[in-house]
Amino acid sequence: MSDTSRTPVRPNSYDRTSDDIAVVGWAQTPMLRRTEKSETQLLMDVITDALEPLSLTRADIDFTCLGSCDYITGQAFSFVSNLDAIGAWPPKRDSHVEMDGAWALYEAWLRLQEGDIDIAVVTGSGRSSTGDPTLIYPMEMDPYFLAPLGADPLTFAALQARAVIAAGIADERSMAQVAVRSRGAGDVDALLTEDYLREPLRRHDVPPITDGAAAMVLVRGDRARELVDRPAYITGFDHRTECHNPSFRALDDSPSTRIAASAAGLGDAPVEVAELQAAFTHEELLLRSVLDLGDEVTVNASGGALKENPIMATGLVRIGRAADHIFGGGSRALAHSTSGPCLQQNLICILEARS
Amino acid sequence: MIPTAVVGVGQTHHKTRRLDVSFGGLVREAVFRALEDAHMTLDDIDAVVLGKAPDLFEGVMKPELYLSDALGAVGKPMFRVHTAGSVGGTTAIVAASHVQAGKHRTVLAVAFEKQSEGNAQFALGSGKGASLGAGGAFAPFIRAYIQRSGAPEHIGWKVAVKDRLNALKNPYAHLKIEDISIEKVKASPMMWDPIRFLESCPSSDGACAVVLTDEQGGREAEAAGRPAAWILGASSRSEPPSFPGRDPVRPAACVQCADDVYAQAGITNPREQLDMAELYVPFSWHEAIWLEAHGIAEPGEGWKMIDDGTTELTGAFPVNASGGVLSSNPIGASGLLRFAEAANQVRGAAGEHQVEGARTALAMAYGANSQYFSMWVVANSLQPFG
Repeated sequence: MSDTSRTPVRPNSYDRTSDDIAVVGWAQTPMLRRTEKSETQLLMDVITDALEPLSLTRADIDFTCLGSCDYITGQAFSFVSNLDAIGAWPPKRDSHVEMDGAWALYEAWLRLQEGDIDIAVVTGSGRSSTGDPTLIYPMEMDPYFLAPLGADPLTFAALQARAVIAAGIADERSMAQVAVRSRGAGDVDALLTEDYLREPLRRHDVPPITDGAAAMVLVRGDRARELVDRPAYITGFDHRTECHNPSFRALDDSPSTRIAASAAGLGDAPVEVAELQAAFTHEELLLRSVLDLGDEVTVNASGGALKENPIMATGLVRIGRAADHIFGGGSRALAHSTSGPCLQQNLICILEARS
Repeated sequence: MIPTAVVGVGQTHHKTRRLDVSFGGLVREAVFRALEDAHMTLDDIDAVVLGKAPDLFEGVMKPELYLSDALGAVGKPMFRVHTAGSVGGTTAIVAASHVQAGKHRTVLAVAFEKQSEGNAQFALGSGKGASLGAGGAFAPFIRAYIQRSGAPEHIGWKVAVKDRLNALKNPYAHLKIEDISIEKVKASPMMWDPIRFLESCPSSDGACAVVLTDEQGGREAEAAGRPAAWILGASSRSEPPSFPGRDPVRPAACVQCADDVYAQAGITNPREQLDMAELYVPFSWHEAIWLEAHGIAEPGEGWKMIDDGTTELTGAFPVNASGGVLSSNPIGASGLLRFAEAANQVRGAAGEHQVEGARTALAMAYGANSQYFSMWVVANSLQPFG
C-alpha cells in the first residue's frame, strides 16, 4: 500500500497533564474458561481483593469507572447491576465505558487530574463464555458493508496475519514461538504440523475464551506514597483510533499504536518490560515491530492474552502486570490495550517508579 | 482545573425515522452544525467522546469503531461512554474532563440514538420480553410523588402542554403538535397510570454534538463576537437499582449531584441564581419531581411552580424551553441535548425559544431506575455572580 493510506500522525503538543497519579494496587479474578459467577459477583470479589491489601474500603473511593460490554454480557444495561459491586451507597461519582477497563483507567486518570479527589477504582469485566464470538463480533463491524459479511474475528485476524507475514515482520514459525513462550507449553515443530483454522492461523495462534475481571486502584498525589512504598506512576497515557474498514488500512502497520506511543513518551527512556494486548500471535510481532521493542525488552512475561483473554478486562490486566513490574523493583514499563478489528484502536500506558 | 467553555452546539432534526441518513450521516449532521457554530473544522478537534444508550437498541456493537471515520477521529483519541439514560450528560462531562485535566485542548462530544433501527422497548427488557418499558418502571415513582405531595392530576397535563408549546418554537424538535391542549392530553390513552400517551416522550432518531475548549479558546470565541458557555460545575452520581429505603422520588444520588454542582458553581440559592433549567423529563410528572430533588423547589412544592406558570417559557424559572425530552427523545442523545440547550441559552443562541436574559442554566440527565445522574451548570461568564 502507498503511504497515503497511512493514518496521519497527529502528535499531542498541548498536553498539560501532571505526572502525579499512580497505580497503587490491583487484583484479578481467577481466569477461567467458564465461571458460574455473575459479572457482579466477579467484581464484588475483585474490588475487595484490590482494596484490602491497601487497608482501603469502598467508602474511601472517590470515583469509580467500570468497563464492560453489553453484547458480551448478552443484556442491555448489564453494567447497572455492577453498581452493587462498587458499593455505590451512599451514592458515588461514577462512570461506565463500553470499552476495555484500560479506557476506564484513562477516564479516571483524567478525572483525578481535575485535582479535587484522590482515589479512584476502575474495573474491566467480561464473561465471554456465555456467547458465541462468531455471532457477536460481526456486529461490531460497519453495519452496512462489513457486518452483513458475517466475518468473525478470526477471519479479520487472518487477513492481518497474512499482511504481517508478507511484510516480513512474522512467519508461521515465529508466530508459533510466540504461542509456545506465552503459554509455556508446546513444541514449535509439532504445532506447525497442525491444520489451519483460517490460513495462516492455527489453533495456537488464537486466544482462549476466558471469563474474568480486574480492578485497579488509582491514586493522586501524596496519598499514593502513603498507601504503598513504590507506586507505579503513570507518566504517559494516550490512545488513538484508525479508519474502521480493514481494507482501507495498511494491515502490516499500526499507526495508531505509534502515535499513542509517541504521545505517551515511550521514546523518552527505555522500558524493561512490555505487556501487549496481543490476542493473536502475529499481533505481538507486529506491535513489537511498530513499538521498536528490542530483545532487551521482556514482552508478555505473563503469557498475555494468548494465555488468558478476559475480554473487556484484558487490557486492564496488561496495565496491572506492568504495574507489578514497578512494584517489584522495576523502573519503567509499557502496557498496551486494543479494540476493534485488526487492532483498529490502540492505547499506550507508561508506568514508572519514582525515587 | 482548566476552565472550560462550550463554543459550538449542533443537533439533528429529530424524527421517528431518519431513513434519509446512515448512522454516520446522522452524527455528521449534528457534528457539522456544531463545528460551523464554533467556526471550526474537524482538524481543530483533538479528541472525540461518543455516548449512546445500549448498543442493543440498534444492533451495532461498539459503534464508535465504525463511526471513527464519520466523526473525523482517525489518528485521534476516540472514547465511548455508556451510563444508561444519563449517558448524553455523562458524555459532556467526560468530554469536559478531557479539557479540564489539561490533556486535550478542544474536544468534540457527540451522542446519538437511531431508535428506528431496533426496538428499544425490547432492549429495555434486556431482550427477555415482558418489558415494562421506561413508563412502566417510572409510573410507581410518579404515583408515590402524587401521594406524597398531594398534587392535583392536571399538573402532568400542564407539563405535557407547556413542553409541546415550547417545541413549536424549536426547529429541531421531533413532536410538533400544533393543537396541543389540556383537553387533548386528557383525552389521550392511559399508558401507565397516571401517565397518558401525550404525557410520554416520543421515540426519536437524532444526534447532538458539542464543541468544548479551554479558557483561551473560549476567550478567543468571545473576542470574535461568538458567546461561550462557561462550565461552572459538572458532576455525576450513581446509586444501586433498588434496596429497602431507597427513595426513587427524591434519589440521594440526584440530591448529592445537584449539591456538588451548586457548590462548584458557587450557587447557594438555585431558584434565584439559576435563570432556567433543562431537566430530563421523559414523563410529564418528572418536572415536578426533579424541581424538588434539585433544590429549586422545597419538597412537596415543585408542582406549584408548574401550576402557577413559573416554569413556562415566559415564566420566572423556565424549564425545558427547548420542548425537552417530551418533544424529542433520541435516548442516548437526550441528555446531551439538555446540556447543549442549556449552553445555547446562556450563549443567547436559542433562537425562538430563548429565555430572555438567561445568564446561568442547569442541565441534568438521569438513567436506569432513576439512579444515574449527570449535571452541569453553565453561565455566560466564569464569574456570573460577581
